[in-house]
Amino acid sequence: MSVKKHLKHVKGKKKGGITLYALSTCGWCKKTKGLLNDLQADYHYVDVDLLADDEQAEAVAEITKWNPECSFPTLVIDNSRCIVGFKEQEIRGLLKDAE
Amino acid sequence: MPNREISEAQVDAEYQRLKAEAESGGYHLNPDVAFTKDLIRGLLANEARYGHGACPCRLASGIKDDDLDIICPCDYRDPDLSEYGSCYCALYVSGAILRGEKAAQAIPERRPPESERRGMKAGRSPRHFTTRETSLAYPVWRCKVCGYLCAREEPPEQCPICKAKKERFERFM
Ligand code: SF4
Repeated sequence: MSVKKHLKHVKGKKKGGITLYALSTCGWCKKTKGLLNDLQADYHYVDVDLLADDEQAEAVAEITKWNPECSFPTLVIDNSRCIVGFKEQEIRGLLKDAE
Repeated sequence: MPNREISEAQVDAEYQRLKAEAESGGYHLNPDVAFTKDLIRGLLANEARYGHGACPCRLASGIKDDDLDIICPCDYRDPDLSEYGSCYCALYVSGAILRGEKAAQAIPERRPPESERRGMKAGRSPRHFTTRETSLAYPVWRCKVCGYLCAREEPPEQCPICKAKKERFERFM
């Protein structure tokens, strides 16, 4: 899908299979990015509010599959589960054993 | 949609204005100034791109009528302050968080999902409120943001407590 081409890759040492759906204006999203960077995570992210309408609708449909409230930040892990919100301990746990 | 550049001076000025306004109404901005200013930058960005200051931590539709409940301060701020000590974005916090006795943290979303919001809108036309007969000398209006009540022909242009605009009032009695 075309939202994929807007995913930005942040290179890091630890691969957790993370895709972060965020808003450019949101404080908790910024904290989530900061934490992932501190943990040297390798991840992809997209600021959904900056997408054009059709791509935004696509992103919303994708997020809603994982998180019916479509709230931000939503982290999708390995295309199999998600973490909703800035849950610091859970995110740390995710990357603890990652290489 | 491109994120328009908001200058540091604009953010500072809005921060001072909002802080004074909050304190005068008994509310408090988050004492983490850097975090708070980032949110205010987001609010100003939303104001610039949508024409209304939609919540920085929620995806706005850009249609004012659909975003009315999340124009800052949103309809969910006060219940969230009571239950969790901060609003969803943690722009506004309780006295305990202001004094450093408690830390602000991410809280669950209180806004109903879109499917439910549509239902709520359909079930409550403004006419329902304006044509209702009562024995009161004046209708009573309620500010949906802070709960302020006033008895007069029309709601005030701005809520004297939380500064929400007239369109955020509902007929209460
Ligand atoms: S009061 Fe808080 S949660 Fe509500 S719109 Fe403003 S910043 Fe967002």
